[in-house]
Amino acid sequence: MAASLASIIPPKGSNLRTGLLALVLALAMLGLGFAAVPLYRIFCQVTGYGGTTQRASAETAGAVKVAAGSISVRFDANVDRGMPWKFAPEQTTQTMRIGARKMAYFKAENLSDKPITGVASFNVEPELAGKYFNKVQCFCFNRQTLRPGQSIDMPVIYYVDPKILDDPETRDIEQITLSYTFHIAADDPSKALDRAGPAR
Amino acid sequence: MATTAEHFQAHADDHHADHDHKPAFFARWFMSTNHKDIGTLYLIFAIFAGIVGGAISGIMRLELAHPGIQYLGAVAEFLTGKPVEMNSALHLWNVLITAHGLIMVFFLVMPAIIGGFGNWFVPIMIGAPDMAFPRMNNISFWLTVAGFVSLMLSAFVPGDAAGNGAGIGWTAYAPLSTYGSNGPATDFAIFALHLAGAASIMGAINFITTIFNMRAPGMTLHRMPLFVWSVLVTAFLLLLALPVLAAAITMLITDRNFGTTFFDPSGGGDPVLFQHLFWFFGHPEVYIMILPAFGIISQIVSTFSKKPVFGYLGMAYAMVAIGVVGFVVWAHHMYTTGMSVNTKLYFTLATMVIAVPTGIKIFSWIATMWGGSIEFRSPMVWAIGFIFLFVVGGVTGVYLANGGIDDVVHDSYFVVAHFHYVLSLGAVTALFAGFYYWFPKMSGRWHSEALSYLHFAVFFVGVNMIFFPQHFLGLNGMPRRYPDYAPAFEHWNTVSTDGYMVMAASLVIWFANIIYAFTMGKKAEGNYWGEGATTLEWTLSSPPPFHQFEQVPTIEDNDHH
Repeated sequence: MAASLASIIPPKGSNLRTGLLALVLALAMLGLGFAAVPLYRIFCQVTGYGGTTQRASAETAGAVKVAAGSISVRFDANVDRGMPWKFAPEQTTQTMRIGARKMAYFKAENLSDKPITGVASFNVEPELAGKYFNKVQCFCFNRQTLRPGQSIDMPVIYYVDPKILDDPETRDIEQITLSYTFHIAADDPSKALDRAGPAR
Repeated sequence: MATTAEHFQAHADDHHADHDHKPAFFARWFMSTNHKDIGTLYLIFAIFAGIVGGAISGIMRLELAHPGIQYLGAVAEFLTGKPVEMNSALHLWNVLITAHGLIMVFFLVMPAIIGGFGNWFVPIMIGAPDMAFPRMNNISFWLTVAGFVSLMLSAFVPGDAAGNGAGIGWTAYAPLSTYGSNGPATDFAIFALHLAGAASIMGAINFITTIFNMRAPGMTLHRMPLFVWSVLVTAFLLLLALPVLAAAITMLITDRNFGTTFFDPSGGGDPVLFQHLFWFFGHPEVYIMILPAFGIISQIVSTFSKKPVFGYLGMAYAMVAIGVVGFVVWAHHMYTTGMSVNTKLYFTLATMVIAVPTGIKIFSWIATMWGGSIEFRSPMVWAIGFIFLFVVGGVTGVYLANGGIDDVVHDSYFVVAHFHYVLSLGAVTALFAGFYYWFPKMSGRWHSEALSYLHFAVFFVGVNMIFFPQHFLGLNGMPRRYPDYAPAFEHWNTVSTDGYMVMAASLVIWFANIIYAFTMGKKAEGNYWGEGATTLEWTLSSPPPFHQFEQVPTIEDNDHH
């Protein structure tokens, strides 16, 4: 096997060998281009890049020591263009001790006559706070399907990690804005229609 | 095909014959495997594509001469053959900026500077008979042509609701290029990029193999002319950057047509990821366009100063450094996508570091001229023009590298002025410098030096008139990518459009010069620039024989570069 393999490899110094090595380099970069998709997601989750929030279990959240300072959270809710939902926070801001768990509610209503599945994207501003903003429970963890005209209240349980006070870049933050945008799920029939439509 | 095979057989048989055997017209130009013929084809193609891209910028400058929409509607009606609404006229603007950017980058500068001059002179300069893979060279050329055809076809199929053509910008950002443009035109434009990219990757493999394996005896890497070094570094940039673009635009295609959501948040994707992938390619891409220009300028400055280039190794490794650092600065195109201060700090510093090797090059050119016996022949005049224009663009580049300043001038005409100074003025000026340097070598005929000086003078005034005022417009807040603007911006826009007309007039002089050369031009001798021209192409006749180097040249230790 080894001998036959060696006979396939072009001799050292031949043009074919150099050319193939260059081709392998190009193919490796092509592979890295696609590998960037999962790597980018992991990078955002680990570093909180772009305001990506963290996810914590109830046990982790329970073990967090509440710090002395307090912080305010402002809520923001949007729907993607063309999505027939009404979506709004039920409180403008909440103030709590840093490290303490808090629950906030958002209300979503399907204004159309079709059932629609939505998926929420999210981030926080300032983006540096993403690393310290932990969600214990969130409607954004799952897809939400609303029947025609249905309205639901959706909870978020979150806390701000007291480590935010140890980071010189974030310790002066007084308010964090938590923002959600609902999109029609990619595999929802109404999304497919929207996408497959010809040039209008 | 049998005849083709026979032809190649015959070709191989009399390879060593003394006479200069050339295949018949169709076989020579359409099935070419000769690096000089393919280089010529690339140059002709680039000139043609440049005329198309330049005409498009003419329409844009005309529209921008005054506030309001004056010409776009008429152009859209001309293209569709029926009355159109305002929205279609505005869509046409997006199509024009997209086509202008893609044509100038992928079908003018790259084919001319790498495909044209690279193919022509890299093998000769290293003493090789041809490129390593001549048939792959042919495929590269025709794939580039196919890519251009695909881009042209995109103008005749629906782009979105407003009309035909892909209006996605040369950056093709998602979601504008995904569900923002649901007609097939965008698929054609993206496919054009696939084809041009595949062609360039094959070209890069060819150059790397040629330069590593086919140098004449004594031509060590550290004795290669700087133009060869520049093409070698460029080939590596192409090899590492273009596949990433290929991956990104393939994901665009599947997002558009096969229901994936790489860049669509409704399925967990992120449009900013596209920008990262695009600029990971896009920043090396700008060095791909300018490094061979550096190489050409080094040859010219050395030739007409009658001195070897100052700091040869420093010049070569400055290009390597620019290439390496060029891969870790991409996010300075994305300062406004939301970045932490520390991220901006890094990208600002890394970007500014590039000014160091670039400065080494500029100062080495000046040091080459210093104390030299300078002869201001036309290529030298163009080369000095290049150095000036590139410094202007480079200085605004250092300014734009600052994350804080970029927040203010991002996507303004200041950015447009900056990248046109380094590319449109820089790379294209170097192309003209190379053209006048090597035209008699390639054609065997002399152009008119008088017309060359006139061409330079008019071109230099024209391009500076177009782009220098755009600095003012950008600093005053005029955003790019719009066909209309506030009346306060009218004055400098009018100047800019007038400058376009001056620049266009200079191209007429250029074409007149080419016609002069082919009709009345004197025959050029082998080394028509004299003692300063020391690289191997000057040891051959003008034009060089169809198969060069009847005797393999040997490079001695004391030969300079």
